[in-house]
Amino acid sequence: MTRLIYDGTFEGLLTAIFEIYAHKLTRVSLQRGENNTSAMFENVIIVKTDEVRAGRVLKGLQKKLSPSGIGRLYIAHLAEIAGDENTLAGFIKYAFDSPVNIEKNFGNKYVQRVSEIVGMMRREKHRMEAFVRFQRLKDDIYYAGIEPDFNVLPLLNRHFKNRYADQKWMIFDSKRKYGLYYDLHDTQFVTIDFSEAHNPANVVSSFNAGEDLYQRLWQNYYHSANIPARKNTPLHLRHIPKRYWKHLTEKF
Amino acid sequence: MDADRIKEKLNILADAAKYDVSCASSGSNRKNSNKGLGDASNGICHSYTEDGRCVSLLKILLTNHCIFDCAYCVSRKSNDIKRAAFSVQEVVDLTINFYRRNYIEGLFLSSGIFKNADYTMERLVLVAKKLRTEQNFNGYIHLKTIPGASDDLMRLAGLYADRLSVNLEMPTEAGLKLLAPDKSRQDMINPMRFLKNELIQYAEEKKLFKSTPLFAPAGQSTQVIIGATRENDVQILHTADHFYKNYNLKRVYYSGYVPVLADKRLPDLNTAVPMVRENRLYQADWLLRFYGFNVNEIVDQQNPMLDLDIDPKLSWAIRNLHAFPVDINTAPLQMILRVPGIGRLSAQKIVGARKFARLNWEQLKIIGVATNRARYFITCNSNDFERRDLTGTRIKQFILAGSHSKYLRNKPGQLSIF
Repeated sequence: MTRLIYDGTFEGLLTAIFEIYAHKLTRVSLQRGENNTSAMFENVIIVKTDEVRAGRVLKGLQKKLSPSGIGRLYIAHLAEIAGDENTLAGFIKYAFDSPVNIEKNFGNKYVQRVSEIVGMMRREKHRMEAFVRFQRLKDDIYYAGIEPDFNVLPLLNRHFKNRYADQKWMIFDSKRKYGLYYDLHDTQFVTIDFSEAHNPANVVSSFNAGEDLYQRLWQNYYHSANIPARKNTPLHLRHIPKRYWKHLTEKF
Repeated sequence: MDADRIKEKLNILADAAKYDVSCASSGSNRKNSNKGLGDASNGICHSYTEDGRCVSLLKILLTNHCIFDCAYCVSRKSNDIKRAAFSVQEVVDLTINFYRRNYIEGLFLSSGIFKNADYTMERLVLVAKKLRTEQNFNGYIHLKTIPGASDDLMRLAGLYADRLSVNLEMPTEAGLKLLAPDKSRQDMINPMRFLKNELIQYAEEKKLFKSTPLFAPAGQSTQVIIGATRENDVQILHTADHFYKNYNLKRVYYSGYVPVLADKRLPDLNTAVPMVRENRLYQADWLLRFYGFNVNEIVDQQNPMLDLDIDPKLSWAIRNLHAFPVDINTAPLQMILRVPGIGRLSAQKIVGARKFARLNWEQLKIIGVATNRARYFITCNSNDFERRDLTGTRIKQFILAGSHSKYLRNKPGQLSIF
């Protein structure tokens, strides 16, 4: 068994695939990060991310997969689920080995698992599109904190840029400590230390006048829209699991 | 803006609007191409109330003053409640500020009828116009059209709104007469017919001129209240089917009657909301629109009510055992869609995947088929299949016994049948 450790980037993953083929490795296990808990009697290769090699693998994949198939592979990779690096490697190998496009072969365990992960990612992305709650700050930036289960921030860019073209906004993933900022022209990823801003007192003092009113109006609206005669707590919790509540204005 | 007054108005007018069930914010194709605010393309539910319903739009009445006296409606003239009315600008401000904070996908605006239909409709249109032209707003707008409003106002409404709807209120004309003596079915149907024709005309023009403006791009819908009068499910589903076919409606919503008023024509105040029946109607509606079922296959005079224990697809399958078992590896998509336990997505996956290899139980499960239900109705690439000649009643018993909780079934360690 050979263990390949890569840096967690998509290019890193593709480089690792290159190594597998270059060294004709058969029994491999992929792992991201610096976790060097290598078992005895095991070879370990530290993969150094190499754009040229990654590019060659990508080019090969483009011959075997549709653009959307490659997109899905990328999305599945963003999920960062421990152990599923090997699903991605298995998927890629299967794609290379097959003379025909394998994306629709849902009877295959790799294809199915990738489809499952993409489903989970899409769901989380969709939830973030729904559950982001902007708060208008004094400098007219609309700020929102999120803590998604998966790393979906890169997938949110287009949606929010299309939607809020005429206001400055920032969405900050406090779990992964980076954010997405839109300045009325472009978006960029930022890694400012927001620990100060996370102090509730600081956030409130930096609110725009009127912010408090609209938050309260929204809370009022939310409660007025409920029909007590139809109360259904299990359904409610299935739709908005509790872990999201602390970022939802109506649930403060 | 007087914060306390606006809060009170919002409470009154959101409370009065909550019985309107439409919450769709999808199906439009309005783009933010003007560097303005918002777009309306994919529906998003931004929150859920404690009753589990989705909150995607700011759903309010412009006013709950009303000249009508419909027995089922909280806003009816003779009901002694607090009344309020928003100004046009107040609704615009609320919508924009909620939208900017990502609370909502847009506005759902309805109204009690003050003065007359046109006077009311004109104000609804004015809100939409201000949002589009003054605020550069591209989010979703659903206007409830007022029965009896003039064609000119309807046309304007279509130019600013994404969706328009007229509530049928009761599934039958007799029911409407009983509970809403001031309203006429014809006043509801006329605007529907007008909208249908306008929608067709705009679609034709769009083919010729790319610059043709959008006209109600998310189409029109309606709503019927169920359980307030004695209509059975045959009548309700035939009404829905009729309006889907003849008026090109995008959706018919079914609203289980919530007893809010004491009236001898209505169910008692303690009557439970018919939530299961409502759910079964939605499932049946889905079968009509997406699964290729004909309304007569779902309900008929022998089975005038939908089965409350099991969903309508399973119910149909049990009444039509002669159509089964279906071979998953050869049957056409239309037939696979009819198998209980197989949804649209799974059906499409099956048809895609079986080109690679004949599928067995394990693979069907991977694909997402609910084999505990489907196993009575299919064969696949396996010698294992349901050989017993079970009656419909037995199958129903087995399935009900095995599905007390869908969470329980997934318990790790529980033995699987296959």
